[in-house]
Amino acid sequence: MENKNRTIISVVGKDTVGIIAKVCTYLSDNGVNVLDISQTIVSGFFTMMMIVDTENASKSFDEIQKGLATLGEEIGVEIKAQKEEIFEMMHRI
Amino acid sequence: MINILEVKETNKMVSEENLDVRTITIGISLFDCMDSDLDKLNDNIFNKITTVAKDLVATGAKIEREFGIPIVNKRISVTPIAMIGACACHSPEDYVTIAKTLDRAAKTVGVNFLGGYSAIVSKGMTTQDEYLIRSIPEAMATTEFVCSSINVGSTKTGINMDAVKLMGQIVKETAEATKDQDSLGDAKLVVFCNAPDDNPFMAGAFHGVSEADAIINVGVSGPGVVKTALSHVRGESFEVLCETIKKTAFKITRVGQAVAKEASKMLGIPFGIIDLSLAPTPAIGDSVAGILEEIGLQRAGAPGTTAALALLNDQVKKGGIMASSYVGGLSGAFIPVSEDQGMIDAVNEGALTLEKLEAMTCVCSVGLDMVAIPGKTSAETISGIIADEMAIGMINQKTTAVRLIPVIGKDVGDVVEFGGLLGYAPIMPVNEFDCSAFVNRGGRIPAPVHSFKN
Repeated sequence: MENKNRTIISVVGKDTVGIIAKVCTYLSDNGVNVLDISQTIVSGFFTMMMIVDTENASKSFDEIQKGLATLGEEIGVEIKAQKEEIFEMMHRI
Repeated sequence: MINILEVKETNKMVSEENLDVRTITIGISLFDCMDSDLDKLNDNIFNKITTVAKDLVATGAKIEREFGIPIVNKRISVTPIAMIGACACHSPEDYVTIAKTLDRAAKTVGVNFLGGYSAIVSKGMTTQDEYLIRSIPEAMATTEFVCSSINVGSTKTGINMDAVKLMGQIVKETAEATKDQDSLGDAKLVVFCNAPDDNPFMAGAFHGVSEADAIINVGVSGPGVVKTALSHVRGESFEVLCETIKKTAFKITRVGQAVAKEASKMLGIPFGIIDLSLAPTPAIGDSVAGILEEIGLQRAGAPGTTAALALLNDQVKKGGIMASSYVGGLSGAFIPVSEDQGMIDAVNEGALTLEKLEAMTCVCSVGLDMVAIPGKTSAETISGIIADEMAIGMINQKTTAVRLIPVIGKDVGDVVEFGGLLGYAPIMPVNEFDCSAFVNRGGRIPAPVHSFKN
C-alpha cells in the first residue's frame, strides 16, 4: 500500500489476437506505466492482470476507467480498473 | 505483490456472490441545532444535515468506482429527535414537523434512509419522549425516508413496561396509518433493548449522545460470499467450518475497512466503526438462511438452527474483529424474514415459526426483524412479543429489536410485498392466547442481577 497510484487492471473474455497490444497501446497513449503483467487462459477464457502506475497519467482515474471499459467493449472483453489498495486490504494482513 | 488469483477471487465475490458494502452512514449530531423556536429548529436541522452530508452520495459513488465494490446505500443517522425537539415541541404534531424536515433533508442530499426519529426511554419517559412516540404513526405515514427507533429497555435499567405497552399501540396505529401501503410504516419502526449508539443499519440507526459531531460508520455484508466458501468444505468437521467462516469474514470486513477509511478521508469526517453484520437481501444467494442450509440444515428453523446460527455469529465476529481497527454497531448475523429469500422459503414450508425465530435471536443480532403478522393482532399481543424480545436482550446483555408489521387487512396465508431491499413476506401466525393483564400492569421490570449466571 506504499503507492496510492497503483491500479490493478483486469481483463476477462474470449481470447483473440492483440488484446494485450491494444490495452498496452491505450495505456501508453495516456501516460500510464505498466509495472507487471500476468495472464492465463482458463477453459478458453483469457484472463489478464496488470499492475500499473497512474502517477504521471494524462487523464484522471475515472477517465481511464471509462476509456478502458469502452476499449473492452470494442474488443469483446471486460476490462476493469480498480485501486490496488482494495486487493491489498483483502488479501494481506 | 497481488497475484492474478487474488484479483479473480475478489472480483468473483462481487460479480457472482453479491459482495457489497451495505451502507455508508454518516452520524450527525444535532445538538447545536436546538432552539426553543420550532421554525428556527427545523431550519437549523435542515441546514446542518444538508451541509455535513452534501458530498456523501457522490463520494460513495466515487469509492464504488475506484475499488470496484458496490456500495448499496448511503444513509444518515441523527441524534435522537426526542431530545433535539424537547425545548420546541409541545405536542406530537410539533414533532411531525421535524420528521418532515428530516425527510426533506434526506431527499435533498439523495440518501435512501435517515434514522434517528428516536427516543431513549429505557427507564422512564419524559413528556417530550411521549410526544415523539405518539407522533410516530403520522410521522411514518407522511414521510418517505425517515426511520424511527425507540429504546425501551437495557441490561442496566431493566424494561420500561409503560413504554412497551405504548409501543404495542403505536405499532398498531402506524400499521393503520399506512394501510394503503400494506402497513409499510412499521418497516421503518424498531423497538430496541440495549440499542447501540453507532449502528449504521436501518431502521434502527441513530447518532448516540456519546458520539462526536459527525462520524462515518460502515456496514458490510456478504452472506453469499460465506455461503460459497462453505460450499467448498461440505462434510468437513466443525473446525474446518469455523475456520472457513472466520477467514471469509476477515476478507469481507477488510473491504468495509478500506471503504470506511477512504470515505472518512474524502469527506473529512472521522471514521467511527465497522459494523460487521451479515446482512441479507432478497436477491438469490444473498441469504443468511442459505448459510444455515450450507452448514447442514434442510431449512432454517430445523433442529440445530440455533446452534448453527450461534457458531456462525461467533465466527463472523472472530474473523471480522481482526480485520478492522474499530468494530461496533450490531455486528452479527441478521435474520430479517422478508429480506431473506431462504427465510421466506422456510416460513412458507412451515420450517420456521415465530417461536423458533425468537430462540434464534438469543444468539445473534438482532431480533424479530421484518416479520409480517396478521393485521388483526391486538396491541397487547404485540406488546407481549416486544416484552419477550426485550427480556432476551436485557438478560443476555445484548441488543435485541422488534420490527413487526401487523399488515392491516391481511391474515395467515397472505403475502405482503414491501418492494426493494425490504422484500416480501408471508404473514406468520401469532400465538393468540391473551397477555393483556400482564401488559396492562404498568411500571418497570427491574434490572437483572449480574451474577449467578444460569
